[in-house]
Amino acid sequence: MDELLYFLQQTINGLTIGSTYALIAIGYTMVYGIIGMINFAHGEIYMIGTYIAFIVITGLAMMGIDNTLFLIVAALLVSMIVASAHGFAVERVAYRPVRGSKRLIALISAIGMSIFLQNYMRLAQGSRDKAIPNLLPGGWEFGGEGFVVNLSYMQVIIFVVTLLSMGALALFISRSRLGRACRACSQDRGMANLLGINTDLVISMTFVIGAALAAVAGLLLGMYYGVVNPYIGFLAGLKAFTAAVLGGIGSIPGAMLGGLILGIAEALTGGYLSSEYKDVVAFGLLILILLFRPWGILGKPEVEKI
Amino acid sequence: MAESELLSVRGLSMRFGGLLAVDQVSMEVRLGEVVSLIGPNGAGKTTVFNCISGFYRPTSGEVLFKGRPMQRLPGFKIARAGMVRTFQNVRLFKEMTVIENLLVAQHMQAERNLLKGLLLTKGYRRREQEVMERAAHWLERVGLIDFANREAGNLAYGQQRRLEIARCMVTQPRLLMLDEPAAGLNPNETRDLNQMIVRLKQEEGITVLLIEHDMSLVMDISDRIYVVNQGKPLADGTPEQIQRNPEVIKAYLGEE
Repeated sequence: MDELLYFLQQTINGLTIGSTYALIAIGYTMVYGIIGMINFAHGEIYMIGTYIAFIVITGLAMMGIDNTLFLIVAALLVSMIVASAHGFAVERVAYRPVRGSKRLIALISAIGMSIFLQNYMRLAQGSRDKAIPNLLPGGWEFGGEGFVVNLSYMQVIIFVVTLLSMGALALFISRSRLGRACRACSQDRGMANLLGINTDLVISMTFVIGAALAAVAGLLLGMYYGVVNPYIGFLAGLKAFTAAVLGGIGSIPGAMLGGLILGIAEALTGGYLSSEYKDVVAFGLLILILLFRPWGILGKPEVEKI
Repeated sequence: MAESELLSVRGLSMRFGGLLAVDQVSMEVRLGEVVSLIGPNGAGKTTVFNCISGFYRPTSGEVLFKGRPMQRLPGFKIARAGMVRTFQNVRLFKEMTVIENLLVAQHMQAERNLLKGLLLTKGYRRREQEVMERAAHWLERVGLIDFANREAGNLAYGQQRRLEIARCMVTQPRLLMLDEPAAGLNPNETRDLNQMIVRLKQEEGITVLLIEHDMSLVMDISDRIYVVNQGKPLADGTPEQIQRNPEVIKAYLGEE
């Protein structure tokens, strides 16, 4: 019984982390789907989202506002808006000017952008850890005499917010006009343009949506872990990228699935082996998938036209 | 410039590195005409199309549509001005449904209403309705209404070509540019295509610019024909004039 409860606990932890990976991974996968490039500055957007959430929460708290719901909603909205503005700017500055050139050039440009954003946050906020208060302490406990499973309110919030964001995104992509235009662009950008679709705008929107979702993940993970520093974007970005590749880069359901699988794999490693091996397993998975199924779980193999 | 001129191309040239693919091509298309652009393989016909439709940026020359210069505009603005095209190969959004292909092509006016869309105003919903009705109307006309929710990539080849024309028509263009629409069609389908173009011209008043290798189709439906050879303009005139032109015969059949 205890064995089972322990497993359940690790799965809950894994789903929590995994759903935030999925949120960040969507940004990678959408951008790749439309312009075929990996946005290596995306992890930094997540980091900026976390910082903005931290600033809004502590700022409002200092002004004496202590309504938890208000704090969370305000932090969510402001960090989504600021992160979106950064996503928009990254596309304009680092991607659009080099869109026609070789992939390597865009890659270097994105890495440069990533270094720039990291240091710009470091200058603004210092390089030391900042503490983010947990606005929703506590949770539920259930289980037997031996092991007790812990489900914190924060974990529930993470599930719920992630599910809502994913649902909203799925609806947007399948039903709205802009979502339709996004799909058209990911299939044939040149043709979409010649049918009157402003493809530059669609590309900008893709970066903006990805950034907004990364900011959601930033707020959630920031409150969950309780700390933020300018370097968190690197690892989170790599993990989310792994999740996107795992699920099949370019596929939105793939990013969701990849995030969850990665999160659970990490949590189980942490629970049964050692947390030291978490990253080993995560990137080991990346290597395996690239070796044996490079198009990912839900992706489609690219057929070279002859 | 005469009132009835819809498209006017002047001194159009396109250079790719050392290759001058199009050299000083000029042409006029008047309102309501069917004009064909013909020439041997590799003559530069498609390059001319690509320059006119904004797919390429011409090296030099002018493209005037309704009297306005187009050659510096991005493709989507040219499309919104009322000029749409097809490609030699089918370029449908294959993973979208048939009806979605027609909806997305009517995106043009949509993005200005982004905010209205979020608020679901009355005007927005009315426009959605119009967009849907227009899509259904054109599916009916090209005989694909029963396939509306099928994935476009699963249609038969001839159906895909018809869907492409429908997708152009829902944008309510003034000028329809077709790049080898009969390529790969069987004689029956080619005859249907012929009738469709004639009906579009008669019923919708659409102007058509056509690249085609099927000479019987070209001679049958064209009001005027331009011939290019090795990137240079060779001749232009009515189908009868072109058929009798010794230069054209030489270009197609080689010298005696």
